[in-house]
Amino acid sequence: MSVESLFPRLEPLLPKVQKPIQYVGGELNSTVKDWDEATVRWALMYPDAYEVGLPNQGVQILYEILNELPETLAERTYAVWPDLEALMRSEGVPQFTVDGHRPVRAFDILGVSFATELGYTNLLTALDLAGIPLEAADRTDEDPIVLAGGHAAFNPEPIADFLDAAVLGDGEQIAIAISEVLREWKAEGSPGGRDELLMRLASTGGVYVPKFYDVEYHPDGRIMRVVPNRDGVPTRVFKHTVMDLDEWPYPKKPLVPLAETVHERFSVEIFRGCTRGCRFCQAGMITRPVRERSITTIGDMVEAGIRESGFSEVGLLSLSSADHSEIADVTRGLADRYEGSQVGLSLPSTRVDAFNIDLANELSRNGRRSGLTFAPEGGSERMRKVINKMVTEEDLIRTVTTAYSNGWRQVKLYFMCGLPTEEDEDVLGIADLAKKVIKAGREATGSRDIRCTVSIGGFVPKPHTPFQWAAQCDHETVDRRLRALRDALRSDKEYGRAIGYRYHDGKPSIVEGLLSRGDRRVGRVIRAVWEDGGRFDGWSEHFSFERWMAAAERALADEPVDVDWYTTRERDEHEVLPWDHLDAGLDREWLWQDWQDALNTVEVEDCRWTPCYDCGVCPTMGTEIQIGPTGRKLLPLTVI
Amino acid sequence: MQRLRVRYAKRGRLRFTSHRDISRAVERAVRRAGIPVAYSAGFSPHPKISYAGAAPTGVASEAEYLEIGVNRPCDPRQVRDDLDASLPPGLDVLDVVEARDGNLADRLEGSMWELRLPGADPGEAERAVKEFLAADLVEVERLTKKGMRRFDARQAVRSLAVVEGPGITAGQETVQPCVILRMVVRHETPAVRPDDVLMGLRLVAGFAPPSPAAVTRLAQGPLDAMTGEPADPFAFDRAGGDL
Repeated sequence: MSVESLFPRLEPLLPKVQKPIQYVGGELNSTVKDWDEATVRWALMYPDAYEVGLPNQGVQILYEILNELPETLAERTYAVWPDLEALMRSEGVPQFTVDGHRPVRAFDILGVSFATELGYTNLLTALDLAGIPLEAADRTDEDPIVLAGGHAAFNPEPIADFLDAAVLGDGEQIAIAISEVLREWKAEGSPGGRDELLMRLASTGGVYVPKFYDVEYHPDGRIMRVVPNRDGVPTRVFKHTVMDLDEWPYPKKPLVPLAETVHERFSVEIFRGCTRGCRFCQAGMITRPVRERSITTIGDMVEAGIRESGFSEVGLLSLSSADHSEIADVTRGLADRYEGSQVGLSLPSTRVDAFNIDLANELSRNGRRSGLTFAPEGGSERMRKVINKMVTEEDLIRTVTTAYSNGWRQVKLYFMCGLPTEEDEDVLGIADLAKKVIKAGREATGSRDIRCTVSIGGFVPKPHTPFQWAAQCDHETVDRRLRALRDALRSDKEYGRAIGYRYHDGKPSIVEGLLSRGDRRVGRVIRAVWEDGGRFDGWSEHFSFERWMAAAERALADEPVDVDWYTTRERDEHEVLPWDHLDAGLDREWLWQDWQDALNTVEVEDCRWTPCYDCGVCPTMGTEIQIGPTGRKLLPLTVI
Repeated sequence: MQRLRVRYAKRGRLRFTSHRDISRAVERAVRRAGIPVAYSAGFSPHPKISYAGAAPTGVASEAEYLEIGVNRPCDPRQVRDDLDASLPPGLDVLDVVEARDGNLADRLEGSMWELRLPGADPGEAERAVKEFLAADLVEVERLTKKGMRRFDARQAVRSLAVVEGPGITAGQETVQPCVILRMVVRHETPAVRPDDVLMGLRLVAGFAPPSPAAVTRLAQGPLDAMTGEPADPFAFDRAGGDL
C-alpha cells in the first residue's frame, strides 16, 4: 500500500498562490524516507504558517529523532494559507506533508505541536483538508491518531473532542516510546483497532486519551469531577521530563529553509526549565526543574550547526539565557571561536538582573548588535512583587545604562497589562520608568541619540500557574489603561519623542484566556468559529474578536457558562479546574499558597540559589536540578 | 579582489524560489562551502555577491548568473564543485569563471525561453505565433508595483516558434501532450516576460492554453548578430579578456 506523492497535483496550483516555495519542501537537512520500509509513520504539524512553523525547535527535534529510528519515518506539515486552501478544496488536493508530499491521512500519527492556543482553528482546517473527521469519536482505523503536544497541551480540554491523545512535557523520549508501542501493536496485527492502541498508550500513564475520561458538571456550570470511564486508565496523567540534555543534543542538523522564516538563525537550547518563579509564566512552571546543557555540548552543537546550516547567527535559547551558570564562558568562548567570521550571537531572553557589561561586550564583538529586550513585566515595584518578577528599578536603570554605554542606541522593554491586583497607577508607572531609562541613558552617553521602546501586551492567566485562579482583566479596562499609558508617554515634552510605544489591544487576550482555561465545552466554540471561516487566529489581519464572541454566544447558549465565566471570573481554592487531572508535578497546595503570597506581595526566591521551597515537581517527577558550573572552557577550533 | 562569475540553474520544484530566497540560500551555501567571500565594510557588513537578471518566481532556468567577490584567489573549478555541493539539489552550479573586465549584467542582452503548454492545441499555437510575428505592435497589460502598465510585447521578441520534441523540462513530471514554444526576447525596460508574450498571443489570436505554462529560461547572453540567439556571456572571461 505505497503512498503516491501529491506533488504532481499540487504543482499546477503553486503558480497561483503567494510564496509557493513554502509548500515544496526540499530544505537542506530534510529527510524523505522510504514509505514501505517504515512501520511507524509520523506527520508532525506546527499549526501555523510555514514561516512561523519551520524554525520551531520542538518540531525540528522530534523530526530528527524520529527519523533516526529504524522502521520509523517523520514528515512535516504546516497550515496552508487561505489562498492555497481554496484551491486545494476546489481541486480536491488533501493536506500534504512538505517532505514527501504524502497525504496526511495516510500516516499513523498526526502529532501537532501547540505553542499557543491560537493554532486551534488551524488544526481543524488541516484535519478537514486531510479528510480526517474533526471529532475523534467519528474516526476509524483508517485515520491517524491525532496527538497534541507543546505547552498548550497542558490543558488540551478545549480541543479534547478533536484529539485522540495528548502528551505533556518534553517530547524526545515519549515520542520514541509511542513509536515503540505502535510498532509492537502493528506487529501483532493491530489487534482491537485504534481503541486498543489508545488503551495501550493511555495505560502507561504518559499519554492522555481524553475520551477515556468523563467530565461531570455541577448545575451552576463548574466541574464536579473528571474520572476515567474504563479500567486500566490512570486517574492522573503526568508530564515528561528529559534529564541530562547532553544526551539529547538536538537539533544536530538544523533545517535550512529556502523560504524566509521568522527566525533566520541556528538556535541551541542552552538549558530547559526556569525556577525564577514568575507567577504569570506558564513556561517557567511547567518545565521545571532547570536542566543545563554543559558548555562543551553547547560549543559542539554550535560548531556542527553552523557547519551544517550556513546560518550566520547563533541564538542561545532558553527561558532566561543569561542565567546559565557558565554564560560568561559560553559567550566569551563562542565569540573567540567565531571572531572575524561574520557569525553573530544573540540571547533571545535576557533578564534585567543577569545582564552585565561582559555579556554586552561578547555579544557585540563581531560588530553586530542584535536588539536588546528586557522584560520588567510590571510597571511598579508593588506589581513586580505580585508577579514575583524580582527586578528592581535600580537593576533596570543599571542594566540599560550598561547597554547604552556599550554602544546600544535602543533597548526594548516588555510589560504586561491587566495583571492581578493591577491599578491604573501601576500601568502609568511604566511611563515614569521609561523616562528614567532615557534620562539615565542620556547621562551615561552624553548623547540625546538614544531610544527605548515600551512594548506591552494583555496578561492571560494560564493553567498550572499560581494565577490559574485569578480573574482575567476585562478588555475594556486593559484598553483604557493602555491608552492612558500612551497619552502619558506622548505628552512628555522632554522624553516623549525618545520613547516608542507598541501595544496589542485587550480583545485577543480574552479569546486566548477562553482557550487557555477553557474546558471541553469550549470545543464547540472553536468549531463554530472555524465553521464561520476562522483561521490563523494568531495573525491580527485574520483574527476576529466579533466572530469569536458571536460563536461563543451560539455555542454556549444552552450552558450556564459564557465567555466571562471562563475569563474574568475568579476561581476559589476548591473548584475543580479542567486540567486538575493533568499533572505537571506542581503541588496544588503550593500553587494556591503562591497565589496567596502574590496577593500579599510576598516574593519567593529561585531554588537554584536558595533552599527548596517545595513546589513539588522534583519529588513527584523524580527529577533534580542539573546546573554547572562544570569549570570547563571552550577551546579554539582547529583550523584545517 | 578576485571576482568569480557563476552560472547556475534553477530546476524542478526549486523554480518556486524567489530572488530573495535564492540570495539567502547562496549566502549560506557560500559559508558552508568555506568560500572566502569578501564582505562590505560598515556597520552591517554584507557578503559581496551580486545577481544579474534573475528569472521570476515560478520560472525555471538553465542560465542564471551571479558574481562573488573573494578575499583570496580561488580555483573556479573548485568553487564550482564546492558551491554546488552546498546548495540544495535544484539550485545547481553549472559553470564558474574568473571575471575579466566589464560588467556581466551588460552582456546579458537577451534570453531564450521555452514554454511548455500542457493540453494546448498545436494548430492554434502555430496560427497565433504567425499572427503575433506579423504584427508590428502587440500591446499588453501587466499589474506592476506601480499599478497596471500597458506596453508593447512585440518589438522585444526576436524569434518565436512552435518547436518539436520534448525540449528541456527542468525536472517537471508532465505526461500529457503539450505544445512547446521557444522564443528569444531582448531585455528591455519594461521587461517583456514570457507571460507577456503569452498574453500577446491571446490578444492577437485568441490563443488560450487550458493550464498555466511551465517556463524555462534556456540561455542568457549577448545576442549574436548572425543567429539572433544568446551567446555565452563568459566567452570574454574564458578567453582571458582577449576577445
